[in-house]
Amino acid sequence: MKHGNSKMKLALGPVLYYWDRDTMLGFYEEMADAPVDIIYLGETVCSRRHLLRLQDYLDIAQRLAAAGKEVVISTQTLIESEYDIKTLHKIAGNGNFRVEANDMGAVRLLANKAPFVAGSTLNIYNPQTLDLLAGLGAMRWVMPVEMSREALVSVLRERQSGIETEVFAYGRLPLAFSARCFTARHHNLQKDDCQFKCLDYEDGLALKTREGQPFLTLNGIQTQSALVHNLIGELDKLQDAGVDVVRVSPQAHHTGEILGLFRECMGQHLTPEQALSQIEGMMPAASCNGYWYGRPGLDFVRNDNSTATA
Amino acid sequence: MQPKIELVCPAGSLPALKTAIDNGADCVYMGFRDDTNARNFTGLNFSFDNAKEGVRYAHAKGKKVLLALNTYPQADGWQRWTKAIDNAAELGMDAVILADPGLMQYAAKTHPGLRLHLSVQGSATNYEAINFYHEMFGIQRAVVPRVLALAQVEQLMAGTKVEIELFGFGGLCVMVEGRCALSSYATGDSPNTRGVCSPPKAVRWQETPKGLESRLNGILIDRYSADEKTGYPTLCKGRFDVEGETYYAIEEPTSLNTLELLPELVRMGIAAIKIEGRQRSPAYVEQVTKVWRQAIDSCLRDAGAFAVKPAWMTALGKVSEGQQQTLGAYYRPWK
Repeated sequence: MKHGNSKMKLALGPVLYYWDRDTMLGFYEEMADAPVDIIYLGETVCSRRHLLRLQDYLDIAQRLAAAGKEVVISTQTLIESEYDIKTLHKIAGNGNFRVEANDMGAVRLLANKAPFVAGSTLNIYNPQTLDLLAGLGAMRWVMPVEMSREALVSVLRERQSGIETEVFAYGRLPLAFSARCFTARHHNLQKDDCQFKCLDYEDGLALKTREGQPFLTLNGIQTQSALVHNLIGELDKLQDAGVDVVRVSPQAHHTGEILGLFRECMGQHLTPEQALSQIEGMMPAASCNGYWYGRPGLDFVRNDNSTATA
Repeated sequence: MQPKIELVCPAGSLPALKTAIDNGADCVYMGFRDDTNARNFTGLNFSFDNAKEGVRYAHAKGKKVLLALNTYPQADGWQRWTKAIDNAAELGMDAVILADPGLMQYAAKTHPGLRLHLSVQGSATNYEAINFYHEMFGIQRAVVPRVLALAQVEQLMAGTKVEIELFGFGGLCVMVEGRCALSSYATGDSPNTRGVCSPPKAVRWQETPKGLESRLNGILIDRYSADEKTGYPTLCKGRFDVEGETYYAIEEPTSLNTLELLPELVRMGIAAIKIEGRQRSPAYVEQVTKVWRQAIDSCLRDAGAFAVKPAWMTALGKVSEGQQQTLGAYYRPWK
């Protein structure tokens, strides 16, 4: 299906938060009809989140594939236990759906067996590493969240392989992963007895400086930005840079409408200015896009090149 | 077979290197004076000639030198990293410590005799990942991120032939190394891209009516009352507000100290213990190396009778960050 003038495809990232089962099922029911080409799903943050099991994700994947979506199962980013490794083997060997590898352990299981997506935490910063992964069967890579447009352009200029490029273009940035659960820590609970506190924070738990500046978002063992990385005003530059896929990261509300705005903007039915002003009311926090400009990630640079630190 | 465990000490400068060797290090690790290593600080690290003298000094005493090339080569500077690999081979380094697969491939092809270690910046927390690097590039040792519990390290070791090196003492990263972009989010520079975390050039100290404030690129990291001890504003070790409560929301300013786990580490067959701190002074290196040498020797003589001496803890306590120490993730309830 063609959408307007853009050759770029639109992707929905995995849900990074812990939502209850009905919310998740309802969310993906809605996404089956949303204007999105590719849907990534699976638990990528914490193995204690169990309201949906791998089989549930595979069932959702079937449903979404039947609705015409390209479905990719994403692996957990931090693989520590024997249980994590077992799950990884099951995902890699699912035999049906493409897999996004978010750890080199996953790459080992997929290499030379099935085409896979090289996730952003594989740390591909140069064309040599990109070509190496392409040679092992990666058909697409997601650039590291902290990579700039300029760095991306120089990687793509020198690479030999024809691998697709995906960019995290909307959502709170997944910045760091730890063995420690910061949500449990906030509640003075140990991780092994976390009482699934993440369920209480549908868009994560806000961390502010002592003078009230929103700084980070605690999401279990993951730390995200407080601000929402937002490249909806940069879609023409993404396309010029050679990006093939634009990723939107799910949030608790308005995800379908946000996908709609990206789609309209990619089809040039909306100008970047119109899209930016319409998306503002749907965001859980203000925009940032500094990484794309080679600046601190929390900066926001307007397309006319005037700069403001949020 | 006689159990053995190597003591790997930090060398941020030639004096620190000599101090480490003289006080009982089995190995030292160093970096060149640029962004090819993860302690890219002004005034730190080695020129080619300094490195040559360091290798000469260590080898003359039968000790090893490892070179950290553990940042991710950026597309515009690839030759800087490959040149560093070539220099390491020419200098006769005993191993290079790498994180980037592209660079490992270059090293394995160009200098097949050069021993490769997987850096902690490679984020390998499981044996599947470690075996990937072993099968692809022949890495012989992996430094494991400071996020695993000891039982998990043991499981990991059961699944791989690759030697395992653990952090034993020093600054504690609470995040998986190589998977933390907090510093670039706040300042533009990160360990992966520039070899720095919370870089000094972004730090400002300000005396205010509310107290002494430390800021990183303008972001308030901490504020101290007159009677509080101040610490470097590493951004994950500040006090922040979460739901109206102000506390060390990510991690206290504390040092890792695993001295009491030593018999367990020896029993598990850990190949080496790494001391963090290339950015620290020769005095730090002397103190820490001395204590760990004594402790390892005592443990290898008789693990059953091993006891941590109060004098060791006092000596290490003096050089610890915030003068606090923790077992970190090796001790599961920490998580």
